[in-house]
Amino acid sequence: MAAERKTKLFKNLLRMKFMQRELDSETKKQLEEEEKKIINEEHWYLDLPELKEKESFIIEEQSFLLCEDLLYGRMSFRGFNPEVEKLMLQMNAKHKAEEVEDGTVEFDVSDEEMARRYETLVGTIGKKFARKRDHANYEEDENGDVKPIKAKKMFLKPQD
Amino acid sequence: MAEPVSVAADYLAGSRARAARTVLGQVVLPGEELLLPEQEDAEGPGGAGERPLSLNAGARSRVRVVCGPGLRRCGDRLLVTKCGRLRHKEPGSGSGGGVYWVDSQQKRYVPVKGDHVIGIVTAKSGDIFKVDVGGSEPASLSYLSFEGATKRNRPNVQVGDLIYGQFVVANKDMEPEMVCIDSCGRANGMGVIGQDGLLFKVTLGLIRKLLAPDCEIIQEVGKLYPLEIVFGMNGRIWVKAKTIQQTLILANILEACEHMTSDQRKQIFSRLAES
Repeated sequence: MAAERKTKLFKNLLRMKFMQRELDSETKKQLEEEEKKIINEEHWYLDLPELKEKESFIIEEQSFLLCEDLLYGRMSFRGFNPEVEKLMLQMNAKHKAEEVEDGTVEFDVSDEEMARRYETLVGTIGKKFARKRDHANYEEDENGDVKPIKAKKMFLKPQD
Repeated sequence: MAEPVSVAADYLAGSRARAARTVLGQVVLPGEELLLPEQEDAEGPGGAGERPLSLNAGARSRVRVVCGPGLRRCGDRLLVTKCGRLRHKEPGSGSGGGVYWVDSQQKRYVPVKGDHVIGIVTAKSGDIFKVDVGGSEPASLSYLSFEGATKRNRPNVQVGDLIYGQFVVANKDMEPEMVCIDSCGRANGMGVIGQDGLLFKVTLGLIRKLLAPDCEIIQEVGKLYPLEIVFGMNGRIWVKAKTIQQTLILANILEACEHMTSDQRKQIFSRLAES
């Protein structure tokens, strides 16, 4: 008797929230399932055999949006409302999921410009990490661009 | 109109389910049952009386079929609930057996989730507006469902204003709710429709016809003069042009084009272009 009471209390304690924080999700799920399985006498339930839900592969939809590709509802022609015309392009393009007609995406910065900028960038960042003695290697151009570091002068062995 | 009569007689005489594929583009009547392609094999010779059209008769894997407006699910078959022509759309990409629906005509609108509609504000009570969309009850629109609206910064909406919005809740059990922003919080053209212009009502089928991607009527109308049109899926169209006369001409064209043949329409457009 005493043992029964002991185990009952233990289970109730375990079900409390502060005890369940330490448990991992698996044990939590198991506990939840066990709780659900216990049919309390207070809970009412239908005494029917378990009906197996038929897996239906027909989905009912009442909307015409799925059926027909309709255009966007706001339209403007010959520049009457420029914002709506912009919207028209946006929404209809999104809807059709077309690629940009140009073929290539227009870049903000061209490749050459990018290469030029990067060239000077290498020098600037390098200067940041160079020590005082190496600063002599970084000369500034007329434009103020920093040229990259020159080849370090190594010891040349004399050739006899 | 011999076609629907013979079809109806055939159906009543035989009283058997027909394969959906054989009826595409034909008139169907409420109460008819349609078989989906997978069931054609099962029915055999006693069913549609035709050879099954699917090539892979062996692999009977179930694909998800969507039944659209005018159709309901009845066990494994489709039950027609509206009269009209049966249409089918192949799935573009990915899974699914396509969409079947009935192209019907009606004037009374029933709110559907996701539809963009034009509504008229009829009342302002506390934090919500009551908007008449042509359905059985007025839809509710919260003042926070506008772009950039906060509790301090209320939108400028008066009773009698026209609103272009979409439904977020629309079923037979609840009052419909609409909003004027999309899921990202952007307006995308929704909100209060501007001043002037004319609002008139047409049938729902005409709206869908006009909003089809390859609609000639809209292309021709757009060449006449500068104008702005807003289509609501609830059968309401709002038009605006520079003068009242142009607006009225436009409204008359759109109302009448439902019953005109393409020749008559071209005649009218050429006459208008001359004047």
